[in-house]
Amino acid sequence: MNPLPAEEYVQKCTTACAGCTSSLSLRYVLKAAGPDTVLVVPACCTAVLQGVYPATAMNVNVYNIAFAAAASTASGMAAAFRRAGRKTKVICYAGDGGTVDIGIQALSGALERGTDFLYICYDNEAYGNTGMQRSGSTPVGAVTTTTPGGKTETKKDLDRIIAAHDLPYMATACAAYPQDLYAKVAKALSIPGPKFIHLLSPCPPGWRYSAERSVEMGKLAVKTGLWVLYEREHGQLRINPVSKAAMKRPALLDDYLGAQGRFRGISAEARAALAASMERNHRRLLAEEAGQC
Amino acid sequence: MLTIATGNKAVAAAAREARPGVIAAYPITPQTEIVEQLASYVTERSLDADYIPVESEHSAMAACIGASAAGARTFTATSSHGLLYMHEMLHWAAGARTPVVMANVNRALGPGWNTWAEHTDAFSQRDTGWLQVFVGTVQEAYDATLMAFRIAEDERVLLPVMVNLDGFTLSHITQSLETVEIGDFIPPFCLPHAIDIDRPRGYGTMTGPEHYYKFRWDMERSMRASREVIRETEDEFARRFGRQYGPVEEYRCEDADVVVVALGTLGKEAEVAVDRLRDEGTKAGSMRLRWLRPFPTLDLGGRDVVVIDRDYSFGFGGVVAQSIRATTRAEPSSVIAGLGGQEVTYDDIARFVRQREAGTESWFGVEA
Amino acid sequence: MAMFEIRIHSRGGQGGVTAAKLIAQAAFRDGKFATAFPFYGAERRGAPVVSFVRISDEPIKVYSQVREPDMVIVLDASVMDSVDVLAGLKPGGPVVINVAEPPAIEGHPVHAVDLTGIALAQKLVVAGSPILNTPVLGALAKLGLVSMESAVAAIAETFSDPRNVAVAKAAYGEVQA
Repeated sequence: MNPLPAEEYVQKCTTACAGCTSSLSLRYVLKAAGPDTVLVVPACCTAVLQGVYPATAMNVNVYNIAFAAAASTASGMAAAFRRAGRKTKVICYAGDGGTVDIGIQALSGALERGTDFLYICYDNEAYGNTGMQRSGSTPVGAVTTTTPGGKTETKKDLDRIIAAHDLPYMATACAAYPQDLYAKVAKALSIPGPKFIHLLSPCPPGWRYSAERSVEMGKLAVKTGLWVLYEREHGQLRINPVSKAAMKRPALLDDYLGAQGRFRGISAEARAALAASMERNHRRLLAEEAGQC
Repeated sequence: MLTIATGNKAVAAAAREARPGVIAAYPITPQTEIVEQLASYVTERSLDADYIPVESEHSAMAACIGASAAGARTFTATSSHGLLYMHEMLHWAAGARTPVVMANVNRALGPGWNTWAEHTDAFSQRDTGWLQVFVGTVQEAYDATLMAFRIAEDERVLLPVMVNLDGFTLSHITQSLETVEIGDFIPPFCLPHAIDIDRPRGYGTMTGPEHYYKFRWDMERSMRASREVIRETEDEFARRFGRQYGPVEEYRCEDADVVVVALGTLGKEAEVAVDRLRDEGTKAGSMRLRWLRPFPTLDLGGRDVVVIDRDYSFGFGGVVAQSIRATTRAEPSSVIAGLGGQEVTYDDIARFVRQREAGTESWFGVEA
Repeated sequence: MAMFEIRIHSRGGQGGVTAAKLIAQAAFRDGKFATAFPFYGAERRGAPVVSFVRISDEPIKVYSQVREPDMVIVLDASVMDSVDVLAGLKPGGPVVINVAEPPAIEGHPVHAVDLTGIALAQKLVVAGSPILNTPVLGALAKLGLVSMESAVAAIAETFSDPRNVAVAKAAYGEVQA
């Protein structure tokens, strides 16, 4: 295991929740990116945890912007930097709400236009910043403040929507696998054009588990096969070995669901839907990797 | 160079002359010729700019903010619903102190769908912190667009500027146009708070009650300082290019007993009404209001005032009439006319003057 | 010259708006002030459209529509079935019509010129429509509205195909003055 750079760009004075895996991940993202970077952050937890003026916990340029606008702001910014001959990395760091729902139009446009940037969606499967309302990324059966009986719709398949834009690089990642995240960010930033990383970010208040179990929760998500780690480079799919293993011998889904208050009392129907969509996802990914579709 | 052009083409030509680095473009009637002409300029390489064909107006303004923050001069154009769609980002651009220049082709708001001239679109954005100027001729559309960049980017201002021109009536009319070679009239773009890798900062971070108001006061200070910057810019423009502009354009006001106030093309049509009224023995004058923000101090000097509002603020009144009541001692005869492109002729304007009644409001076409 | 106002009738897609611009351009070259603008309705290919020109020795500050034209130009005679092309035309105001045989119109001199025939003779057709706005400029020059020199310059400045000048010259020769 290679040692990661020691330099920290997220200082120890954020106002993040205890056990927040998004701010944990951000440290690794910025270690991979380095100082010649602008983080474009729409309304989301990250906008808040930087701290309050006149102080900031971030030792890198952070451009905060309105909720729906991260990707389009990045389009303008990247164009200006490239015109000036600068290689400054433009990285959107956005929650699932600002990506899958209100931000999807701007994101799709930026991808279609070939914007030279990296978009990272850290996904805690709800509108975390405003108190855990459901988003399009909330899984079926999950309780949120606006789905008190458990969400009846399935999680929006963001990754296939992104893949349909034929971008040069996209990947999934998980906060519990920081080396993998670091490597994927570094690889993404070495490729010109639009790149996308979908980062599962377990969230203690949102998922209702106690803060010290965040890494365990992330590992379970991957080991049950519910969250698959992979890369698509120029359309070529490569599934991470740990996920390949999980598909063959998955950890118990109920261990994952049972550990989180948001799935307490999940209906048999919803649990079945969750399991079925997981199976389907595995079949499609394996077929794609084998070149069968 | 002397040529002829439509209002839209004049705006595009001026934008090219100002040499923006990044243009965000989304089409909407009746602005479309602006973004099409700019695309042609970029394709034929007479303009060296990054042309970002965004997927919405909200994104257009976001892209302009991002590009400006990164150190590029930016330009975009919109109208009506497009302007409204970017409303949130208009506030953001001003608050982020990005000196974006935007042409807005004034058009009425739906429902029902109406593509003709009305000022409510721009007026409904009057609180966003943008400077707003309204032009009355194709030449002025060109000149005002050029001046807008210099005004916006002045370090005493650093606020975005909106150049308004009447939809179809001015955007699509062909008139003569003298283009200029800008020389160094617009200094190179230099944003003091542009993103600097060696001095990393948080932009637009959480700002609590004990500090937020200071940023708002900063904006207002710049808005007040902009009056002087506008005057200097307009005077310098006159020195270099021979055309003098001011906060208003006055016509035969010196000895006038009654003054007609209007914006845009109605403000020019009013001059023809003034001539007719003078022929009848009425000492009329017209005052075409150019700058809406910052709102100018008008010298109405105890004369009768007829204000034509091509806009309305429901439950309150015509915005121009109410603004004049609020900032002068005048009790205007307020006329609401021209909504949704309603045809208003110089004969109609003359009649508004003849039938004026201080302190009243009448809607052209509606029985009292 | 007091302000001279022209109304042009055509159908969407026939270049009526460009005709107005060309007239303004030629008048401008003649040293006049000129404005040109379409009537802003929902325009569809084939639907009747109207555009306007104003020419004056003084700057033109009127933006409202031309209500009492000094001259009417009809590029497509078939619109006369559904549109009153003479509405508001000043007494004695001339009517220029794209037609081979002039109709009699009481109280107005009629100047017929077969613009369609002239365009077809030069095969000046775009997307199925014969080009009418350049030849009409030649006819108007013959009638003294603009100088032929300015008309030709305006056309050459706008269109690269030299047949556009040729049809203008043909119309100059053929229009019934």
